[in-house]
Amino acid sequence: MEKKEYKKIVDKYTPKEKRFRNAIIAFLIGGVMGVIGNFLVDFYSYAFHISSKDASVFMIITLVFLGCFLTCLGFFDKIVNFAKCGLIVPITGFAHAMMSAALEYRKEGLVTGIGTNMFKLAGSVIIFGVVSAYLFGLLRIVVMGL
Amino acid sequence: MIYLNSFIFCGLVCLIGQIILDNTKLTPGHITTIFVVIGTFLDTFNIYDKFVLWAGGGALVPITSFGHLLIHGAMDTVNNFGIMGLFMGMFDLTSSGIVAAIVFSFILSLIFEPKD
Repeated sequence: MEKKEYKKIVDKYTPKEKRFRNAIIAFLIGGVMGVIGNFLVDFYSYAFHISSKDASVFMIITLVFLGCFLTCLGFFDKIVNFAKCGLIVPITGFAHAMMSAALEYRKEGLVTGIGTNMFKLAGSVIIFGVVSAYLFGLLRIVVMGL
Repeated sequence: MIYLNSFIFCGLVCLIGQIILDNTKLTPGHITTIFVVIGTFLDTFNIYDKFVLWAGGGALVPITSFGHLLIHGAMDTVNNFGIMGLFMGMFDLTSSGIVAAIVFSFILSLIFEPKD
């Protein structure tokens, strides 16, 4: 009886502690990603003498490339298992979703494999983004005028 | 100071995503989708622009900025072309991210083998 109760208590508290740990790790790694992003914006605007708005485009391309490349090398899946949302929520997660879909289906051929399946995981982001942007854009026109 | 702000902002967005992921049955795909919709909603009335001013590059790294850029591009063309502009400019600002992701993942998938 006592053992069962003890197990109940353990079961009750173990996942919670892990959740707390996951949340802290996601916060720290996500924060580091934000700092890297801001550093890249500053670096590009200083190195190429461009506005920070243009530099942010360069920054996004760099992060997408890093996400794709690390996924190819097999690093990214291991880091994601550890960091979880710290790397899924930044733009690297989008790159990772496309890259892993392309790698997974490349055996089935260029058109039927890579071409058809590349957006399998990342497509929902674009579709929901476009549809919601359209609807919210209409809402904004209705509320605030043209 | 802006580095600290970007750390806090990007970290908080990831923290919220992790809490949703751990406490519900949603997959990472759901979470990124939800965040894109939240980003478009926040930029509908220019709230996200204030985050970008406050956190700099840190606000452009999370996937929420993808939604913010979608509606931002659409609104820029709406100013010039009226309601039809909604169809024209949506990918103006996000095209870099999408094109980079497509091109890099296509080329790299030809070179590399899956590691599993």
